Amino acid sequence: MHDSAKSRPVDRAPGADEDAPSGSILSYSVGFAFALLLTGASFLVSQTDVLWEPGVPVGLAVLAIAQMGVHLVFFFHLSSGPDNTNNVLALAFGVLIVTLVVSGSLWIMWHLNVNMMPASVIMEMQR
Amino acid sequence: MTVEAAATEFTDGSAQMTAADGAGPAPVRIVVAYGFWIFLLSDIIMFSALFATYAVLSGRTAGGPGPHDLFELRNVAIETLCLLFSSYTCGLGLLAVEQRRLKYFYVAFGVTFALGLSFLGLELAEFSRMIAAGAGPSRSAFLSAFFSLVGLHGVHITVGLTWIVFITAQVAVRGPLDFVLRRLRCFSLFWHALDIIWVALLSLVYLMGAR
Repeated sequence: MHDSAKSRPVDRAPGADEDAPSGSILSYSVGFAFALLLTGASFLVSQTDVLWEPGVPVGLAVLAIAQMGVHLVFFFHLSSGPDNTNNVLALAFGVLIVTLVVSGSLWIMWHLNVNMMPASVIMEMQR
Repeated sequence: MTVEAAATEFTDGSAQMTAADGAGPAPVRIVVAYGFWIFLLSDIIMFSALFATYAVLSGRTAGGPGPHDLFELRNVAIETLCLLFSSYTCGLGLLAVEQRRLKYFYVAFGVTFALGLSFLGLELAEFSRMIAAGAGPSRSAFLSAFFSLVGLHGVHITVGLTWIVFITAQVAVRGPLDFVLRRLRCFSLFWHALDIIWVALLSLVYLMGAR
């Protein structure tokens, strides 16, 4: 325990900077504006034919990922600063797990669906 | 021992818990935010399992109503606006309490609560309309997956609304002390994370479904 800790209030760590602001009104407003814009674009893409029909799912995915990025930067204040290194690493690991769970499930279930024939078809072949 | 006390002891006691630039132990607010961020990521991983389930089962309607017959995009657009705007007012409320402008904080968190409650009301109205039309969770695999995924997000919103009540009462009773501010920052992270999940939900479930 540091000597200087005695002079501090109980729940303040050395170097504690409890009054550092969480962002600014400007950053929240910019993030909110971007979020509205991207949500509007998502509705536009899905409800009109501005995008080539087979490209709509890709367009929606791109817009959704862009909006998540906007939320992370402007609302979560995720940055490349030294205080954020651990947060960014944890996020990268989370993204890896989410990707594995979602794409793995889709991949396996698609193959099961294609390769496993219904019982009636198998009975038909055994005759 | 409270979480704050544990976090203080942790940052005080361990020499290796230093900031990346070697300036000394990380501030408690950084450590607490990091721990809460890990929780949020694990919550998102839980959601990812339900997202995968929905993606696999979204076409299995068992002859019942499909996404296109059930979703009302006007309703969904209002829900989205409620959530986005409540995230914004939540951020402004946090800034207000950090600047010790408590009146603005109460207004901002009151608006956040009202918008969250409107979202929940709209969602419950949608659910009861679907169940009344014979499209309840037991109708098809698609509807089971839909109700689990969207319902779990709704449960999170309900938890968030309860949390708003408690944290606002804490600010009123204890004042804007450091530990109250840390809890407020955790709540704000939680509320923003629900927005991120809603963005994925809106795109995959509603916009892809009602195309």
